Amino acid sequence: MKIRNREEGHKAELSMTSMIDIVFLLLVFFVMTFKIVELEGDFSVRMPLAGSESVSMDPTDLPLKLRLRANQEGRLTSMSLNEIDLGTDFDQLRANVVSLIGSTSPMEGEDGPEIEIDTDYNLRYEYVIRSITAVSGYKDGNEIVKLIEKIKFAKPRR
Amino acid sequence: MRVKAKKPDLAEGDLTPMIDMTFQLIAFFMVLINFAQTESNDRVKLPSSQLVKPPEAPLEFPIILHVAQDGEIILGGDNFTPETLRVGLRREITVIKAENKSVKDANVVIRAHKDTASGDVQEVIRVCQEQQLENFALRVKEDRS
Repeated sequence: MKIRNREEGHKAELSMTSMIDIVFLLLVFFVMTFKIVELEGDFSVRMPLAGSESVSMDPTDLPLKLRLRANQEGRLTSMSLNEIDLGTDFDQLRANVVSLIGSTSPMEGEDGPEIEIDTDYNLRYEYVIRSITAVSGYKDGNEIVKLIEKIKFAKPRR
Repeated sequence: MRVKAKKPDLAEGDLTPMIDMTFQLIAFFMVLINFAQTESNDRVKLPSSQLVKPPEAPLEFPIILHVAQDGEIILGGDNFTPETLRVGLRREITVIKAENKSVKDANVVIRAHKDTASGDVQEVIRVCQEQQLENFALRVKEDRS
């Protein structure tokens, strides 16, 4: 029996257009929703309501007092640590903290020194964070050296 | 003279390299996309600090308070003032108590705008303290410079 030669197989050509349409749609979606993630971290502060803890009468336990003053626009004009005037220099603040707490070695837990931040009401929050950064430690290469871990706020000034 | 009729030649470019590249781009964006941005808020631009590191473990029972530049507080999609924040906090505390946990176990994450008045942040802390909350985390952006 004679078998008829079948027609040579057609090259199945896929229609690329619809696939490229979808692919571009996907690409546009991902490009539009793309956002570089900013890494965030926390300054942990434990602040129970004043008076709920036993009051320590030991004068050496008194917290350091950091006073931050602001102008009308909320910019930092001056700061003082235990009445030592520091201007607006956060490096000087850090140096003073280091000298006041006696050593640069970290003190862990509840026995570490404490600082109370007393700020003008309209001071921008950014300055408070900068002062917290200055008093809570510094970077030595890649290592973080801790200074004061116990931070609290004074009553808000209206 | 006889002119040969030219067949219109449909010049089909080779699409393969373009599709390759496009797929690579899609794969890149898919890997880097981050849908878990529920914690952030467009009205808050955090201050930055060199000392903070992203936490290794997530905080227990976080109550996330966004403080916008004008001092408005956003908790769970609702807007509050320091006077009305108590209502929102009580709602969160009810959830914590329903899980048989103490209010003191909760962590209040304060995400305040960098230019907000620090007195407004202190007011937020005071209202939280009145509700027996005592663990606070001041959220800042990591500064790698």
